[in-house]
Amino acid sequence: MKAAAEFDTEKMSLSMGPSHPSTHGVLRIQLELDGEIVTKADPVIGYLHRGDEKIAENMTFNQFVPYTDRLDYLAPLANNMAYAIAVERLAKLEVPPRCQAIRVLTAEMARISAHLLGIGAYAIDVGAWTVFLYTFTEREKLYKLFEELTGARFTTSYTRIGGLARDVPGGWIERVDAFCDQFGPIFEESLTLLTRNKIFTDRTQGVGIISREDAIAYGLTGPNLRGSGVPLDLRKDKPYSGYEQYEFDIPVGTTGDCYDRYLARAEEVRQAVRIIKQVVAKLPGGSWYAEDAKRIFAPRKDKILTSMEELIQNFMLVTEGPQMPAGEVYFEAENPKGALGFFIVSKGGGVPWRLKIRSPSFCNLSILPKVCVGAMVSDVVSILGSLDFVMGECDR
Amino acid sequence: MPEPEVTAAVKAKFPQATDRASLDHPAVNLPAADVPAALACLRDEFAFDMLTDLTAVDWSSAASPRFTVVYHLFSTARHDYIRVAADCPNDAEPAVPSVCALWPGANWHEREVYDMFGIGFTGHPDLRRILMWDGYPHFPLRKEFPLAGIETPLPDAEVAAETHASVKPAPLMGGPFVASSGQVNLGAAEPGGKDESWTERHEKPE
Repeated sequence: MKAAAEFDTEKMSLSMGPSHPSTHGVLRIQLELDGEIVTKADPVIGYLHRGDEKIAENMTFNQFVPYTDRLDYLAPLANNMAYAIAVERLAKLEVPPRCQAIRVLTAEMARISAHLLGIGAYAIDVGAWTVFLYTFTEREKLYKLFEELTGARFTTSYTRIGGLARDVPGGWIERVDAFCDQFGPIFEESLTLLTRNKIFTDRTQGVGIISREDAIAYGLTGPNLRGSGVPLDLRKDKPYSGYEQYEFDIPVGTTGDCYDRYLARAEEVRQAVRIIKQVVAKLPGGSWYAEDAKRIFAPRKDKILTSMEELIQNFMLVTEGPQMPAGEVYFEAENPKGALGFFIVSKGGGVPWRLKIRSPSFCNLSILPKVCVGAMVSDVVSILGSLDFVMGECDR
Repeated sequence: MPEPEVTAAVKAKFPQATDRASLDHPAVNLPAADVPAALACLRDEFAFDMLTDLTAVDWSSAASPRFTVVYHLFSTARHDYIRVAADCPNDAEPAVPSVCALWPGANWHEREVYDMFGIGFTGHPDLRRILMWDGYPHFPLRKEFPLAGIETPLPDAEVAAETHASVKPAPLMGGPFVASSGQVNLGAAEPGGKDESWTERHEKPE
């Protein structure tokens, strides 16, 4: 009999995706395997490329709001806010405190909803089905609240440049508060299925370790960066929309493995609840849109129908778009997946000359060729789930 | 270190650097050849350790220089951004030096800029398309590329030969695509779309 080393071996090529349950969308990874060890991983992306940046150059600033829903479609409210703030930075427009607070509230609700899906789907990836049922039940409650607020469960398009689509409905804030009160114990209960679960820890601890240096060099952001021990959170470090008023902690990992990224997400959900409770407790009154921005924010509907000046203003806004100065701005918001950035080049007028979307999922996925090498095939599934990406945002 | 000092230091080190107009973060213009050295200096001496974004702008086919590559760096220690922009010296075959050696994360960004604008990155280890398929003949984010797209053969020649299908331009159908960047009177474009050859009332031409 020959010893194992004497057998001829050759590397095997395996195409994982684009329709694989663990790729969470249409991602393909071209793997090169030596037995069960990955020797090379080449992600193939672009299956969901819709040309959002080209589309943005061909429509007015407000018309692009619905397209931002479809970037990270698990947290559309957070995308809406990031985009609105980027354009407002261009216009040097400050929105009133009530508008800022409602945006923070909705963005944190979106964060909870996105992480509930992230954690639930990750648990499925590594073999624990039940968690998903718990987290999805909670997510459904959030979707009911989103629907009540925006009219849509999924594609919310809630912000406008200079304000919001509408104020919060009566009794809604109290229902958000009630949701938070009942959510905590259920969330903790669902985490007990994972955090000290032997199978889960075996599949995640020590797997897919990303060093602090690599995380920064590859431009990772969000829980993936913080899981590697970098305490960077734009809500704290570059506060926007009044985040500096709220108390919350930034969870950071120690080893940078899949388990740390999971823990970072779980803790972010708790901190998001903390922020929501603070917003609910001291939601400022006053206007929910920038009243003085007449060339940017549409007048109220009842005024449009009764007053000539408002009618003209609305007509100009619809046909020519919100009027922006010429210039360049770059704004990043701390979204559930990481830093969602908008780089806007304006030549003045209602349409951007160039709008670049800096997508956190794109940057987070770019580390795959490095982190997958040396892992087992089954670890690739675990690594993918722990990076928690969205292809709609990656491919744009 | 306050941001004006960073740009001043960059300008002292690279005499050809100039201030760039910006509405938010400090910004400098640099000749393309100086970009890798300047970004390395910003990374090592001024702690701009993260390349957060890399993209390009097409200033229209009539403009010269036509393409500008824009880098956004972020300092994880000081929490500040800086914008570095470099015009591509050649409008017909634009290219700038790659910064993959400084940040491995630049790899995908540069592939995307190459894919969308056709800007080359000299020294890039693996410059191929990333969002569009290999062999796609156009650069979609160039200004002359129409919004609807251009009819293109299917990526797989065998499938194309079998099905006689191709990638067709998207129907615009008087949808929201009525505005053009830089066009002042968008009212003139309302309410119809630009491409009316294919609408609910007129059938798709064969």
